[in-house]
Amino acid sequence: MAEDEALIAATALVKQFGDFTAVDGIDVRVRAGEAFGFLGPNGAGKSSTMRMIGCVSRPTGGALRILGLDAAKDGAAIRARLGVCPQQDSLDLELTVLENLTVYARYFNIPRKVARARAMELLDFVQLADRAGDKVEPLSGGMKRRLTIARALVNEPEIVLLDEPTTGLDPQARHLVWERLFRLKQRGVTLVLTTHYMDEAEQLCDRLVVMDAGRIVAEGSPRELIDRHSTREVLEVRFGNDPLDGFADKLDGIGERVEVLPDRILVYTGDGDAAAAQVHGRGLTPSSVLVRRGSLEDVFLQLTGRTLVD
Amino acid sequence: MAHPTALALEFHLVAYKRTWRSSVFSSFALPAMFLVAMGITVGHYIDERSTSIGVPYLDYLGPGLLAATALQVAVGDSTWPVYGGFHWTRVYHVMRASPLTVGDVLRGHLAFVLLRVALSSAGFLVVLLLFGALHSWWALTTPLVAVLVGAACAAPCFAFAARATSDGAFAVLFRVAVVPMTLFAGVFFPVESLPWVARLLAYVSPLWHGVELSRAATLGTATAWGVPAHVAVLAVWCAVGYVLALRSFTRKLGD
Repeated sequence: MAEDEALIAATALVKQFGDFTAVDGIDVRVRAGEAFGFLGPNGAGKSSTMRMIGCVSRPTGGALRILGLDAAKDGAAIRARLGVCPQQDSLDLELTVLENLTVYARYFNIPRKVARARAMELLDFVQLADRAGDKVEPLSGGMKRRLTIARALVNEPEIVLLDEPTTGLDPQARHLVWERLFRLKQRGVTLVLTTHYMDEAEQLCDRLVVMDAGRIVAEGSPRELIDRHSTREVLEVRFGNDPLDGFADKLDGIGERVEVLPDRILVYTGDGDAAAAQVHGRGLTPSSVLVRRGSLEDVFLQLTGRTLVD
Repeated sequence: MAHPTALALEFHLVAYKRTWRSSVFSSFALPAMFLVAMGITVGHYIDERSTSIGVPYLDYLGPGLLAATALQVAVGDSTWPVYGGFHWTRVYHVMRASPLTVGDVLRGHLAFVLLRVALSSAGFLVVLLLFGALHSWWALTTPLVAVLVGAACAAPCFAFAARATSDGAFAVLFRVAVVPMTLFAGVFFPVESLPWVARLLAYVSPLWHGVELSRAATLGTATAWGVPAHVAVLAVWCAVGYVLALRSFTRKLGD
Protein backbone atom coordinates (compact mmCIF):
# COMPACT_ATOMS: atom_id res chain seq x y z
CA MET A 1 0.00 0.00 0.00
CA ALA A 2 1.40 3.35 -1.00
CA GLU A 3 2.01 5.74 1.90
CA ASP A 4 -0.29 8.39 0.54
CA GLU A 5 -3.05 6.00 -0.43
CA ALA A 6 -6.38 6.89 1.14
CA LEU A 7 -7.69 4.57 3.89
CA ILE A 8 -11.07 4.69 2.21
CA ALA A 9 -11.34 5.30 -1.51
CA ALA A 10 -14.76 5.24 -3.16
CA THR A 11 -14.96 5.81 -6.89
CA ALA A 12 -18.31 6.32 -8.64
CA LEU A 13 -19.87 4.29 -5.81
CA VAL A 14 -23.51 3.30 -6.40
CA LYS A 15 -26.08 1.52 -4.22
CA GLN A 16 -29.48 0.60 -5.60
CA PHE A 17 -32.40 -1.14 -3.94
CA GLY A 18 -34.58 -2.31 -6.81
CA ASP A 19 -35.51 0.83 -8.73
CA PHE A 20 -34.44 3.14 -5.93
CA THR A 21 -30.96 4.62 -6.08
CA ALA A 22 -29.80 5.34 -2.53
CA VAL A 23 -26.22 6.29 -3.43
CA ASP A 24 -25.77 7.77 -6.87
CA GLY A 25 -22.12 7.64 -7.93
CA ILE A 26 -20.11 9.28 -5.16
CA ASP A 27 -16.33 9.80 -4.97
CA VAL A 28 -14.81 9.91 -1.51
CA ARG A 29 -11.24 9.80 -0.17
CA VAL A 30 -10.63 9.48 3.55
CA ARG A 31 -7.04 9.94 4.75
CA ALA A 32 -5.42 8.33 7.78
CA GLY A 33 -5.99 10.15 11.03
CA GLU A 34 -8.70 12.52 9.89
CA ALA A 35 -12.26 12.82 11.09
CA PHE A 36 -14.44 12.66 8.01
CA GLY A 37 -18.16 13.39 7.98
CA PHE A 38 -21.15 12.68 5.80
CA LEU A 39 -23.64 15.47 6.44
CA GLY A 40 -27.14 15.35 5.06
CA PRO A 41 -30.82 14.95 5.90
CA ASN A 42 -32.50 11.60 6.48
CA GLY A 43 -32.65 9.64 3.24
CA ALA A 44 -29.63 11.37 1.69
CA GLY A 45 -27.78 8.06 1.36
CA LYS A 46 -25.43 8.48 4.33
CA SER A 47 -26.32 5.23 6.06
CA SER A 48 -26.26 3.24 2.82
CA THR A 49 -22.76 4.59 2.20
CA MET A 50 -21.71 3.69 5.74
CA ARG A 51 -23.06 0.14 5.35
CA MET A 52 -20.99 -0.29 2.20
CA ILE A 53 -17.89 1.05 3.95
CA GLY A 54 -18.65 -1.32 6.85
CA CYS A 55 -18.64 -4.18 4.31
CA VAL A 56 -22.11 -5.40 5.23
CA SER A 57 -23.75 -4.15 2.04
CA ARG A 58 -22.47 -4.84 -1.44
CA PRO A 59 -21.91 -1.87 -3.79
CA THR A 60 -24.16 -2.06 -6.86
CA GLY A 61 -21.59 -0.20 -8.92
CA GLY A 62 -18.28 1.60 -8.76
CA ALA A 63 -15.18 0.72 -6.77
CA LEU A 64 -14.64 0.76 -3.01
CA ARG A 65 -11.23 0.14 -1.49
CA ILE A 66 -10.73 0.19 2.27
CA LEU A 67 -7.34 -0.18 3.98
CA GLY A 68 -5.96 -1.10 0.58
CA LEU A 69 -8.40 -4.02 0.17
CA ASP A 70 -11.37 -4.51 -2.12
CA ALA A 71 -14.61 -4.16 -0.16
CA ALA A 72 -16.44 -6.50 -2.54
CA LYS A 73 -13.95 -9.34 -2.05
CA ASP A 74 -12.20 -8.95 1.30
CA GLY A 75 -15.15 -8.00 3.52
CA ALA A 76 -14.21 -10.16 6.50
CA ALA A 77 -10.57 -9.06 6.48
CA ILE A 78 -11.62 -5.39 6.33
CA ARG A 79 -14.27 -5.79 9.05
CA ALA A 80 -11.60 -7.26 11.33
CA ARG A 81 -9.87 -3.85 11.24
CA LEU A 82 -12.98 -1.63 11.51
CA GLY A 83 -14.92 -0.46 14.54
CA VAL A 84 -18.63 0.06 13.99
CA CYS A 85 -20.99 2.11 16.12
CA PRO A 86 -24.41 1.58 14.53
CA GLN A 87 -27.22 4.09 14.54
CA GLN A 88 -29.58 1.79 16.43
CA ASP A 89 -28.38 0.63 19.85
CA SER A 90 -27.84 -3.11 19.66
CA LEU A 91 -26.37 -3.90 23.05
CA ASP A 92 -27.43 -7.09 24.76
CA LEU A 93 -29.67 -5.74 27.50
CA GLU A 94 -29.49 -8.84 29.65
CA LEU A 95 -25.72 -9.20 29.65
CA THR A 96 -23.60 -7.03 31.91
CA VAL A 97 -21.77 -3.95 30.68
CA LEU A 98 -18.47 -5.85 30.76
CA GLU A 99 -19.90 -8.98 29.09
CA ASN A 100 -21.19 -6.87 26.21
CA LEU A 101 -17.59 -6.00 25.41
CA THR A 102 -15.99 -9.40 26.06
CA VAL A 103 -18.63 -11.29 24.06
CA TYR A 104 -18.16 -8.90 21.16
CA ALA A 105 -14.37 -9.25 21.37
CA ARG A 106 -14.73 -13.00 20.87
CA TYR A 107 -16.28 -12.42 17.43
CA PHE A 108 -12.83 -11.06 16.52
CA ASN A 109 -11.18 -14.14 17.99
CA ILE A 110 -9.52 -12.07 20.70
CA PRO A 111 -8.41 -14.39 23.54
CA ARG A 112 -10.68 -14.15 26.62
CA LYS A 113 -7.96 -12.79 28.91
CA VAL A 114 -6.93 -10.09 26.47
CA ALA A 115 -10.59 -9.26 25.83
CA ARG A 116 -11.25 -8.78 29.52
CA ALA A 117 -8.23 -6.55 30.08
CA ARG A 118 -9.03 -4.47 27.02
CA ALA A 119 -12.70 -4.21 28.01
CA MET A 120 -11.77 -2.84 31.44
CA GLU A 121 -9.48 -0.25 29.82
CA LEU A 122 -12.21 0.81 27.41
CA LEU A 123 -14.82 1.09 30.16
CA ASP A 124 -12.40 3.39 31.89
CA PHE A 125 -12.04 5.40 28.69
CA VAL A 126 -15.82 5.85 28.26
CA GLN A 127 -16.25 6.50 32.00
CA LEU A 128 -18.32 3.42 32.72
CA ALA A 129 -15.78 1.44 34.77
CA ASP A 130 -17.96 1.65 37.89
CA ARG A 131 -20.87 0.04 35.97
CA ALA A 132 -18.87 -2.94 34.65
CA GLY A 133 -20.88 -5.54 36.57
CA ASP A 134 -24.30 -3.93 36.01
CA LYS A 135 -26.91 -4.99 33.51
CA VAL A 136 -27.18 -2.74 30.44
CA GLU A 137 -30.94 -2.27 30.59
CA PRO A 138 -31.07 0.52 33.24
CA LEU A 139 -28.25 2.61 31.72
CA SER A 140 -29.15 6.03 30.32
CA GLY A 141 -29.16 6.67 26.57
CA GLY A 142 -25.83 8.48 26.76
CA MET A 143 -24.21 5.66 28.71
CA LYS A 144 -25.49 3.08 26.24
CA ARG A 145 -24.06 5.09 23.37
CA ARG A 146 -20.70 5.36 25.12
CA LEU A 147 -20.76 1.62 25.74
CA THR A 148 -21.49 1.05 22.05
CA ILE A 149 -18.49 3.23 21.21
CA ALA A 150 -16.33 1.21 23.63
CA ARG A 151 -17.57 -1.97 21.95
CA ALA A 152 -16.55 -0.59 18.56
CA LEU A 153 -13.00 -0.08 19.90
CA VAL A 154 -12.51 -3.56 21.34
CA ASN A 155 -10.60 -4.85 18.30
CA GLU A 156 -8.32 -1.78 18.25
CA PRO A 157 -9.67 -0.68 14.87
CA GLU A 158 -7.81 1.51 12.41
CA ILE A 159 -11.04 3.17 11.28
CA VAL A 160 -14.10 3.78 13.44
CA LEU A 161 -17.47 4.20 11.68
CA LEU A 162 -20.08 6.15 13.63
CA ASP A 163 -23.59 6.33 12.22
CA GLU A 164 -25.43 9.27 13.84
CA PRO A 165 -23.41 8.96 17.05
CA THR A 166 -25.43 11.40 19.13
CA THR A 167 -28.92 11.24 17.64
CA GLY A 168 -31.50 11.03 20.41
CA LEU A 169 -29.15 12.14 23.21
CA ASP A 170 -29.67 15.14 25.46
CA PRO A 171 -27.16 18.03 25.12
CA GLN A 172 -25.02 17.04 28.10
CA ALA A 173 -24.73 13.43 26.96
CA ARG A 174 -23.87 14.62 23.44
CA HIS A 175 -21.00 16.74 24.70
CA LEU A 176 -19.61 13.82 26.67
CA VAL A 177 -19.71 11.64 23.53
CA TRP A 178 -18.08 14.38 21.44
CA GLU A 179 -15.35 14.80 24.01
CA ARG A 180 -14.56 11.06 23.94
CA LEU A 181 -14.55 11.02 20.13
CA PHE A 182 -12.22 14.00 20.12
CA ARG A 183 -9.83 12.08 22.41
CA LEU A 184 -9.93 9.17 19.96
CA LYS A 185 -9.05 11.51 17.14
CA GLN A 186 -6.12 12.83 19.14
CA ARG A 187 -4.86 9.26 19.44
CA GLY A 188 -4.72 9.10 15.66
CA VAL A 189 -7.79 6.91 15.06
CA THR A 190 -9.50 7.68 11.77
CA LEU A 191 -13.15 8.59 12.36
CA VAL A 192 -15.88 8.42 9.74
CA LEU A 193 -19.25 9.63 10.87
CA THR A 194 -22.65 10.52 9.54
CA THR A 195 -24.79 13.19 11.07
CA HIS A 196 -27.64 15.49 10.32
CA TYR A 197 -26.52 17.87 13.05
CA MET A 198 -24.44 20.74 11.73
CA ASP A 199 -22.97 21.47 15.16
CA GLU A 200 -21.77 17.89 15.40
CA ALA A 201 -20.15 18.12 11.98
CA GLU A 202 -18.50 21.44 12.90
CA GLN A 203 -17.26 20.11 16.24
CA LEU A 204 -15.82 16.84 15.04
CA CYS A 205 -15.05 16.84 11.35
CA ASP A 206 -11.80 17.94 9.74
CA ARG A 207 -13.42 17.45 6.40
CA LEU A 208 -16.88 16.54 5.27
CA VAL A 209 -19.10 16.00 2.30
CA VAL A 210 -22.65 17.28 2.11
CA MET A 211 -24.99 14.65 0.67
CA ASP A 212 -28.40 15.14 -0.82
CA ALA A 213 -30.52 12.57 -2.67
CA GLY A 214 -27.63 10.11 -3.00
CA ARG A 215 -25.14 12.62 -4.39
CA ILE A 216 -22.33 14.71 -2.97
CA VAL A 217 -23.19 18.37 -3.40
CA ALA A 218 -20.17 19.90 -1.65
CA GLU A 219 -16.91 18.90 -0.06
CA GLY A 220 -14.40 20.62 2.22
CA SER A 221 -13.62 21.58 5.80
CA PRO A 222 -16.54 23.08 7.74
CA ARG A 223 -14.87 26.51 7.58
CA GLU A 224 -14.26 26.29 3.82
CA LEU A 225 -17.83 25.26 3.15
CA ILE A 226 -19.23 28.09 5.22
CA ASP A 227 -16.94 30.61 3.54
CA ARG A 228 -17.84 29.30 0.10
CA HIS A 229 -21.60 28.87 0.43
CA SER A 230 -22.71 31.18 3.21
CA THR A 231 -21.88 34.62 4.59
CA ARG A 232 -19.92 35.53 7.68
CA GLU A 233 -23.09 36.40 9.59
CA VAL A 234 -26.75 35.55 9.31
CA LEU A 235 -29.62 37.66 10.59
CA GLU A 236 -32.70 35.69 11.65
CA VAL A 237 -35.92 37.65 11.97
CA ARG A 238 -39.36 36.42 13.00
CA PHE A 239 -42.70 38.13 12.74
CA GLY A 240 -44.84 36.33 15.33
CA ASN A 241 -47.61 34.39 13.67
CA ASP A 242 -47.83 36.58 10.54
CA PRO A 243 -47.56 34.82 7.18
CA LEU A 244 -44.05 35.48 5.82
CA ASP A 245 -44.75 35.28 2.08
CA GLY A 246 -44.84 39.04 1.47
CA PHE A 247 -41.66 39.83 3.39
CA ALA A 248 -39.22 38.78 0.68
CA ASP A 249 -40.02 41.97 -1.25
CA LYS A 250 -40.03 44.16 1.84
CA LEU A 251 -36.53 42.98 2.81
CA ASP A 252 -35.16 43.00 -0.72
CA GLY A 253 -31.75 44.60 -0.98
CA ILE A 254 -30.76 44.04 2.64
CA GLY A 255 -27.64 41.84 2.93
CA GLU A 256 -26.44 39.62 0.11
CA ARG A 257 -29.42 37.30 -0.01
CA VAL A 258 -32.75 36.74 1.73
CA GLU A 259 -34.22 33.31 2.42
CA VAL A 260 -37.83 32.95 3.59
CA LEU A 261 -38.51 29.83 5.65
CA PRO A 262 -41.92 28.81 6.99
CA ASP A 263 -41.17 30.15 10.47
CA ARG A 264 -38.41 32.73 9.99
CA ILE A 265 -36.49 34.82 7.48
CA LEU A 266 -32.72 34.53 7.02
CA VAL A 267 -30.72 37.49 5.80
CA TYR A 268 -27.22 36.57 4.64
CA THR A 269 -24.84 39.38 5.31
CA GLY A 270 -21.32 40.29 6.34
CA ASP A 271 -22.66 42.48 9.14
CA GLY A 272 -25.77 41.22 10.97
CA ASP A 273 -26.25 44.26 13.21
CA ALA A 274 -26.18 46.64 10.28
CA ALA A 275 -28.73 44.48 8.47
CA ALA A 276 -30.97 44.47 11.55
CA ALA A 277 -30.80 48.24 11.67
CA GLN A 278 -31.83 48.35 8.00
CA VAL A 279 -34.84 46.12 8.73
CA HIS A 280 -36.00 48.46 11.46
CA GLY A 281 -35.21 51.43 9.20
CA ARG A 282 -37.86 50.16 6.75
CA GLY A 283 -40.47 50.45 9.47
CA LEU A 284 -40.71 46.73 10.07
CA THR A 285 -41.07 45.45 13.63
CA PRO A 286 -39.93 41.82 13.90
CA SER A 287 -41.05 39.88 16.97
CA SER A 288 -37.51 38.59 17.34
CA VAL A 289 -34.10 39.39 15.88
CA LEU A 290 -31.04 37.17 16.12
CA VAL A 291 -27.58 37.68 14.65
CA ARG A 292 -25.42 34.58 14.42
CA ARG A 293 -22.43 33.29 12.48
CA GLY A 294 -22.94 31.47 9.21
CA SER A 295 -23.16 27.70 9.75
CA LEU A 296 -23.28 24.43 7.87
CA GLU A 297 -27.06 24.59 8.17
CA ASP A 298 -26.90 27.65 5.90
CA VAL A 299 -24.54 25.84 3.55
CA PHE A 300 -27.01 23.02 3.23
CA LEU A 301 -29.95 25.37 2.74
CA GLN A 302 -28.05 27.24 0.04
CA LEU A 303 -27.03 24.04 -1.76
CA THR A 304 -30.33 22.17 -1.64
CA GLY A 305 -33.00 24.73 -0.84
CA ARG A 306 -34.00 22.65 2.16
CA THR A 307 -33.22 22.57 5.88
CA LEU A 308 -31.27 19.68 7.37
CA VAL A 309 -33.63 18.65 10.13
CA ASP A 310 -37.22 18.51 8.91
CA MET B 1 -7.59 -20.22 16.26
CA ALA B 2 -11.22 -20.97 16.94
CA HIS B 3 -13.41 -21.40 13.89
CA PRO B 4 -15.60 -18.32 13.30
CA THR B 5 -18.74 -20.46 13.51
CA ALA B 6 -17.65 -21.57 16.99
CA LEU B 7 -17.22 -17.90 17.95
CA ALA B 8 -20.82 -17.24 16.92
CA LEU B 9 -21.95 -20.30 18.91
CA GLU B 10 -20.08 -18.96 21.93
CA PHE B 11 -22.41 -15.96 22.17
CA HIS B 12 -25.45 -18.22 22.41
CA LEU B 13 -23.79 -20.29 25.12
CA VAL B 14 -22.99 -17.17 27.18
CA ALA B 15 -26.58 -15.97 26.78
CA TYR B 16 -27.90 -19.44 27.67
CA LYS B 17 -26.26 -19.21 31.11
CA ARG B 18 -29.10 -16.87 32.07
CA THR B 19 -32.01 -19.01 30.98
CA TRP B 20 -30.97 -22.64 31.07
CA ARG B 21 -32.91 -23.51 34.21
CA SER B 22 -36.31 -22.51 32.87
CA SER B 23 -35.57 -23.97 29.46
CA VAL B 24 -34.59 -27.34 30.96
CA PHE B 25 -37.99 -27.44 32.62
CA SER B 26 -40.02 -26.66 29.53
CA SER B 27 -38.06 -28.86 27.14
CA PHE B 28 -37.68 -31.87 29.41
CA ALA B 29 -40.08 -31.89 32.37
CA LEU B 30 -43.16 -31.28 30.22
CA PRO B 31 -42.63 -34.27 27.90
CA ALA B 32 -41.80 -36.35 30.97
CA MET B 33 -45.20 -35.41 32.39
CA PHE B 34 -46.75 -36.46 29.10
CA LEU B 35 -44.97 -39.76 29.37
CA VAL B 36 -46.38 -40.38 32.83
CA ALA B 37 -49.90 -39.23 31.98
CA MET B 38 -50.24 -41.01 28.65
CA GLY B 39 -47.78 -43.86 29.01
CA ILE B 40 -48.89 -45.09 32.41
CA THR B 41 -52.53 -44.12 32.73
CA VAL B 42 -53.74 -44.38 29.15
CA GLY B 43 -51.22 -47.18 28.62
CA HIS B 44 -52.93 -49.16 31.38
CA TYR B 45 -56.19 -49.29 29.40
CA ILE B 46 -54.41 -50.08 26.15
CA ASP B 47 -52.25 -52.84 27.58
CA GLU B 48 -55.33 -54.53 29.15
CA ARG B 49 -56.78 -55.12 25.70
CA SER B 50 -54.01 -57.09 24.04
CA THR B 51 -52.81 -54.95 21.16
CA SER B 52 -50.78 -55.39 18.02
CA ILE B 53 -47.99 -53.14 19.34
CA GLY B 54 -46.15 -56.02 20.94
CA VAL B 55 -44.62 -54.02 23.84
CA PRO B 56 -46.12 -52.11 26.80
CA TYR B 57 -47.65 -48.84 25.56
CA LEU B 58 -45.25 -46.73 27.67
CA ASP B 59 -42.29 -48.36 25.93
CA TYR B 60 -43.95 -47.71 22.57
CA LEU B 61 -44.79 -44.09 23.39
CA GLY B 62 -41.44 -43.13 24.99
CA PRO B 63 -39.21 -43.06 21.89
CA GLY B 64 -42.00 -41.31 19.97
CA LEU B 65 -42.17 -38.56 22.59
CA LEU B 66 -38.38 -38.29 22.48
CA ALA B 67 -38.55 -37.47 18.77
CA ALA B 68 -41.53 -35.16 19.30
CA THR B 69 -39.57 -33.30 21.98
CA ALA B 70 -36.74 -32.80 19.50
CA LEU B 71 -39.30 -31.27 17.11
CA GLN B 72 -40.75 -28.97 19.79
CA VAL B 73 -37.37 -27.74 21.05
CA ALA B 74 -36.02 -27.29 17.53
CA VAL B 75 -38.98 -25.28 16.26
CA GLY B 76 -39.35 -23.23 19.44
CA ASP B 77 -35.66 -22.33 19.44
CA SER B 78 -35.45 -21.49 15.75
CA THR B 79 -38.47 -19.23 15.41
CA TRP B 80 -38.76 -16.50 18.09
CA PRO B 81 -35.03 -16.37 18.89
CA VAL B 82 -34.13 -16.12 15.18
CA TYR B 83 -36.70 -13.40 14.62
CA GLY B 84 -35.33 -11.65 17.71
CA GLY B 85 -31.78 -11.84 16.34
CA PHE B 86 -32.93 -9.70 13.43
CA HIS B 87 -35.47 -7.45 15.10
CA TRP B 88 -35.25 -7.47 18.92
CA THR B 89 -31.72 -8.01 20.21
CA ARG B 90 -30.32 -7.41 16.69
CA VAL B 91 -27.44 -9.71 17.63
CA TYR B 92 -27.11 -10.94 14.02
CA HIS B 93 -26.47 -7.39 12.85
CA VAL B 94 -23.92 -6.96 15.62
CA MET B 95 -22.10 -10.16 14.60
CA ARG B 96 -22.23 -9.06 11.00
CA ALA B 97 -20.13 -5.98 11.75
CA SER B 98 -17.31 -8.30 12.89
CA PRO B 99 -15.29 -10.61 10.64
CA LEU B 100 -17.97 -13.32 11.03
CA THR B 101 -19.74 -14.13 7.76
CA VAL B 102 -23.47 -14.60 7.25
CA GLY B 103 -22.84 -18.36 7.15
CA ASP B 104 -21.01 -18.21 10.50
CA VAL B 105 -23.90 -16.30 12.06
CA LEU B 106 -26.40 -18.88 10.78
CA ARG B 107 -24.38 -22.00 11.60
CA GLY B 108 -23.41 -20.72 15.06
CA HIS B 109 -27.05 -20.32 16.06
CA LEU B 110 -28.10 -23.55 14.38
CA ALA B 111 -25.37 -25.42 16.26
CA PHE B 112 -26.68 -23.99 19.51
CA VAL B 113 -30.24 -25.15 18.74
CA LEU B 114 -28.95 -28.66 17.97
CA LEU B 115 -26.97 -28.68 21.20
CA ARG B 116 -30.18 -27.87 23.07
CA VAL B 117 -31.97 -30.67 21.23
CA ALA B 118 -29.19 -33.13 22.08
CA LEU B 119 -29.22 -32.19 25.77
CA SER B 120 -32.98 -32.43 26.16
CA SER B 121 -33.12 -35.79 24.36
CA ALA B 122 -30.29 -37.14 26.50
CA GLY B 123 -32.23 -36.10 29.59
CA PHE B 124 -35.35 -37.72 28.23
CA LEU B 125 -33.41 -40.90 27.54
CA VAL B 126 -32.50 -41.10 31.24
CA VAL B 127 -36.20 -40.84 32.14
CA LEU B 128 -37.00 -43.68 29.74
CA LEU B 129 -34.24 -45.75 31.34
CA LEU B 130 -35.74 -45.15 34.79
CA PHE B 131 -39.14 -46.32 33.51
CA GLY B 132 -37.49 -49.45 32.14
CA ALA B 133 -38.65 -48.52 28.64
CA LEU B 134 -35.34 -49.22 26.89
CA HIS B 135 -34.94 -52.66 25.28
CA SER B 136 -31.71 -52.24 23.32
CA TRP B 137 -28.24 -50.74 23.52
CA TRP B 138 -29.12 -48.97 20.26
CA ALA B 139 -31.08 -46.61 22.53
CA LEU B 140 -27.78 -44.77 23.04
CA THR B 141 -28.07 -43.49 19.47
CA THR B 142 -31.39 -41.71 20.11
CA PRO B 143 -29.74 -38.32 20.88
CA LEU B 144 -28.18 -38.55 17.41
CA VAL B 145 -31.59 -39.30 15.94
CA ALA B 146 -32.99 -36.35 17.88
CA VAL B 147 -30.27 -34.05 16.50
CA LEU B 148 -31.08 -35.21 12.98
CA VAL B 149 -34.80 -34.56 13.50
CA GLY B 150 -33.92 -31.26 15.15
CA ALA B 151 -31.81 -30.15 12.20
CA ALA B 152 -34.47 -31.28 9.71
CA CYS B 153 -37.04 -29.10 11.53
CA ALA B 154 -34.84 -26.20 12.64
CA ALA B 155 -33.17 -25.43 9.31
CA PRO B 156 -36.41 -24.62 7.43
CA CYS B 157 -37.65 -22.73 10.50
CA PHE B 158 -34.55 -20.51 10.38
CA ALA B 159 -35.48 -19.66 6.80
CA PHE B 160 -39.11 -19.07 7.76
CA ALA B 161 -38.25 -16.91 10.78
CA ALA B 162 -35.77 -14.83 8.75
CA ARG B 163 -38.50 -14.01 6.24
CA ALA B 164 -41.31 -13.50 8.78
CA THR B 165 -42.61 -9.95 9.00
CA SER B 166 -44.09 -10.45 12.48
CA ASP B 167 -43.68 -12.98 15.27
CA GLY B 168 -47.39 -13.81 15.04
CA ALA B 169 -46.51 -16.24 12.24
CA PHE B 170 -44.90 -18.63 14.70
CA ALA B 171 -48.04 -19.34 16.73
CA VAL B 172 -49.66 -20.25 13.41
CA LEU B 173 -46.72 -22.50 12.55
CA PHE B 174 -47.23 -24.41 15.79
CA ARG B 175 -50.97 -24.76 15.13
CA VAL B 176 -50.74 -25.90 11.51
CA ALA B 177 -47.49 -27.89 11.55
CA VAL B 178 -46.03 -28.76 14.94
CA VAL B 179 -49.19 -29.83 16.78
CA PRO B 180 -50.69 -31.88 13.89
CA MET B 181 -47.31 -33.54 13.33
CA THR B 182 -47.00 -34.37 17.00
CA LEU B 183 -50.50 -35.89 17.03
CA PHE B 184 -50.53 -37.75 13.71
CA ALA B 185 -46.93 -38.68 12.79
CA GLY B 186 -46.76 -41.96 14.66
CA VAL B 187 -45.88 -40.74 18.16
CA PHE B 188 -49.06 -41.99 19.87
CA PHE B 189 -50.27 -44.68 17.45
CA PRO B 190 -49.08 -46.38 14.25
CA VAL B 191 -49.71 -44.30 11.11
CA GLU B 192 -51.14 -47.43 9.47
CA SER B 193 -54.40 -46.69 11.29
CA LEU B 194 -54.70 -43.30 9.51
CA PRO B 195 -56.67 -42.74 6.27
CA TRP B 196 -54.29 -42.81 3.29
CA VAL B 197 -54.15 -39.03 2.75
CA ALA B 198 -53.12 -38.40 6.34
CA ARG B 199 -50.67 -41.27 6.13
CA LEU B 200 -49.02 -39.70 3.08
CA LEU B 201 -48.64 -36.44 5.01
CA ALA B 202 -47.04 -38.33 7.87
CA TYR B 203 -44.60 -39.96 5.43
CA VAL B 204 -43.54 -36.54 4.14
CA SER B 205 -43.12 -35.07 7.63
CA PRO B 206 -39.70 -35.21 9.25
CA LEU B 207 -41.17 -36.31 12.56
CA TRP B 208 -42.46 -39.72 11.40
CA HIS B 209 -39.03 -40.72 10.16
CA GLY B 210 -37.53 -39.59 13.45
CA VAL B 211 -40.12 -41.56 15.41
CA GLU B 212 -39.40 -44.69 13.34
CA LEU B 213 -35.64 -44.39 13.95
CA SER B 214 -36.01 -43.56 17.62
CA ARG B 215 -38.46 -46.40 18.27
CA ALA B 216 -36.35 -48.92 16.41
CA ALA B 217 -33.38 -47.84 18.53
CA THR B 218 -35.00 -48.14 21.96
CA LEU B 219 -36.98 -51.31 21.19
CA GLY B 220 -34.28 -52.98 19.08
CA THR B 221 -36.72 -53.56 16.24
CA ALA B 222 -36.65 -52.85 12.50
CA THR B 223 -37.96 -49.60 10.96
CA ALA B 224 -40.74 -49.41 8.37
CA TRP B 225 -38.56 -48.39 5.40
CA GLY B 226 -35.07 -49.29 6.62
CA VAL B 227 -32.68 -46.91 8.40
CA PRO B 228 -30.99 -45.46 5.26
CA ALA B 229 -34.33 -44.42 3.77
CA HIS B 230 -35.44 -42.57 6.92
CA VAL B 231 -32.06 -40.92 7.32
CA ALA B 232 -32.16 -39.89 3.66
CA VAL B 233 -35.56 -38.17 4.01
CA LEU B 234 -34.36 -36.30 7.09
CA ALA B 235 -31.13 -35.36 5.29
CA VAL B 236 -33.17 -33.86 2.44
CA TRP B 237 -35.13 -31.75 4.94
CA CYS B 238 -31.82 -30.59 6.47
CA ALA B 239 -30.18 -29.76 3.15
CA VAL B 240 -33.12 -27.92 1.61
CA GLY B 241 -33.79 -26.10 4.88
CA TYR B 242 -30.15 -25.03 5.20
CA VAL B 243 -29.96 -23.70 1.65
CA LEU B 244 -33.17 -21.71 2.14
CA ALA B 245 -31.99 -20.43 5.52
CA LEU B 246 -28.63 -19.29 4.16
CA ARG B 247 -30.38 -17.52 1.31
CA SER B 248 -32.82 -15.77 3.65
CA PHE B 249 -30.06 -14.75 6.07
CA THR B 250 -27.93 -13.43 3.22
CA ARG B 251 -30.84 -11.36 1.96
CA LYS B 252 -31.49 -9.92 5.42
CA LEU B 253 -27.89 -9.29 6.44
CA GLY B 254 -26.06 -8.55 3.22
CA ASP B 255 -28.59 -6.98 0.83
